Amino acid sequence: MPEGAARRGELVRLDGVTVRFGGRPALSAINLDLHAAEVVTVIGPNGAGKSTLARVVLGLEAPEAGRVWRRPGLRIGYMPQRLVVDPVLPLPVGRLLTLTRRASAREVASVLDEVGAGHLVGRAVQTLSGGEMQRVMLARALVGGPDLLVLDEPAQNVDVVGQAELYDLVARFRRERGCGVLMISHDLHVVMAATDRVVCLHGHVCCSGAPEDVGRHPEYLALFGPAAASSLAVYAHAHGHRHTADGRVEPLDACGHDHSHDHSHAHEHPHDHSRAAPGTVQP
Amino acid sequence: MIPPLDDFLVRALLGGLGIALVAGPLGCFVAWRRMAYFGDTLAHASLLGVALGFLLSVDPLVGILGTCAVVAVSVVLLQEQRRVATDTLLGLMSHSALALGLVVLGLLPGVRVDLSGLLFGDILSVSPSDLAWIWGGGAAVLAGLAWLWRPLLALTVHEEMARAEGIPTLRVRLVFTLLLAGVVAIAMKVVGILLITAMLILPAAAARPFSTTPERMALLAALAGAAAVGLGLWGSLALDTPAGPSVVVSALVLFLAGQAASLAGGRRGT
Repeated sequence: MPEGAARRGELVRLDGVTVRFGGRPALSAINLDLHAAEVVTVIGPNGAGKSTLARVVLGLEAPEAGRVWRRPGLRIGYMPQRLVVDPVLPLPVGRLLTLTRRASAREVASVLDEVGAGHLVGRAVQTLSGGEMQRVMLARALVGGPDLLVLDEPAQNVDVVGQAELYDLVARFRRERGCGVLMISHDLHVVMAATDRVVCLHGHVCCSGAPEDVGRHPEYLALFGPAAASSLAVYAHAHGHRHTADGRVEPLDACGHDHSHDHSHAHEHPHDHSRAAPGTVQP
Repeated sequence: MIPPLDDFLVRALLGGLGIALVAGPLGCFVAWRRMAYFGDTLAHASLLGVALGFLLSVDPLVGILGTCAVVAVSVVLLQEQRRVATDTLLGLMSHSALALGLVVLGLLPGVRVDLSGLLFGDILSVSPSDLAWIWGGGAAVLAGLAWLWRPLLALTVHEEMARAEGIPTLRVRLVFTLLLAGVVAIAMKVVGILLITAMLILPAAAARPFSTTPERMALLAALAGAAAVGLGLWGSLALDTPAGPSVVVSALVLFLAGQAASLAGGRRGT
């Protein structure tokens, strides 16, 4: 359909996609294109249709109107929101990774190493902690070298440090493997670091663009409030490693990069480290 | 060496083993996918199959196979519609098929059916042609399962994940239910309508504590089923008890022994 799509590295394209559930529109006239080596994050409040959008991209939901184009032969790696394996099914981590794609033991080990879960290969998946499961699911989606990773709320049930590490990994996959990434998130802060493009969704696409631009967009502000915007700005600074002298970026400073010097700030200014909500912190 | 097929006990053993080797691995999926009630539904439908076999004067096995296949496909396709809850749907199919089967049998003039044989099986009357059905059909079902193994396991773990990554989930589920229908059809002669689900579920459950991978569980379930057949036939001879139920009781004993052993092992481990 789109001419020269392959040349431009286009992986998936939605044109005017509309999905209705029982007459109520869940998605209206959505346009979205996903490219290789690009991380697109879809944010929006609960019920905004984020997961439905992911399902359309994955081919799990057929749109009522509009068109979905996928590059022929597109390999998708999908990390669902939750994966609960019945205890009746004995399933070690290594076997979970080869459920949908064949892979040698060496490839399985190397993918697990890549997400820092190499030691888990023989563990039963039912015994994993939330953070371990998240890494293992990410590794599973990577097996076989997908062209497009679709991650639905990948940082659920993971603590802040774990979240930052997870987003760092995603950024690295994009860089090193050149795969496209579609991420669904309601996490407005940490996720921005790893994102090239943000799509703000509320049944329709409210706005989209670079994280900084979306953070200033009136529709975004209307949806999430100015507090979210200011924390986004803080985060953008933090990621640029332009820390304020008084070290008050701390509550957002969990992106997993080399920020060890912040902790020294913490010792110098212990009074700054009240457990304030991110939205209340001023840059 | 050619086994003495004229010996009814040898035929019973061979028939039982043939069923056990197929029912074990397939039963693992029944357990993993929580489809025990589905197995029951197919078993009940097979009575209607017998009746239809008489009505159309075809081999009862053909009647069973056909009816089970129709019921299996209908259930999967009706599930897709999501208009009726699955267990409601299965209950409806299961008991309607059973009742319909009994009504059709009653309507047939001059046909006297050994209902007890249908309900509980008659493993001691397994004929050489039954054996051919069991081993031929069993081999076909096992080959089908081996072919289906990877995609079926993937969609058992997470159906949407499997579908998103390119597995044709509806087709895989349809083929699996047809394999299940095949097993029910060939197992009915041996253990009967009421006990088929037990041969699917019990060996799998017995194998679970000793399994670390799905493949190992399938293998152990086949072996547990085979052991139950041997033990049951021996017990039936020694104690003069009905053979089919004795096999199922043996499987239950194996399951309980396995649970006890794994509990004891777990306690020793801590």
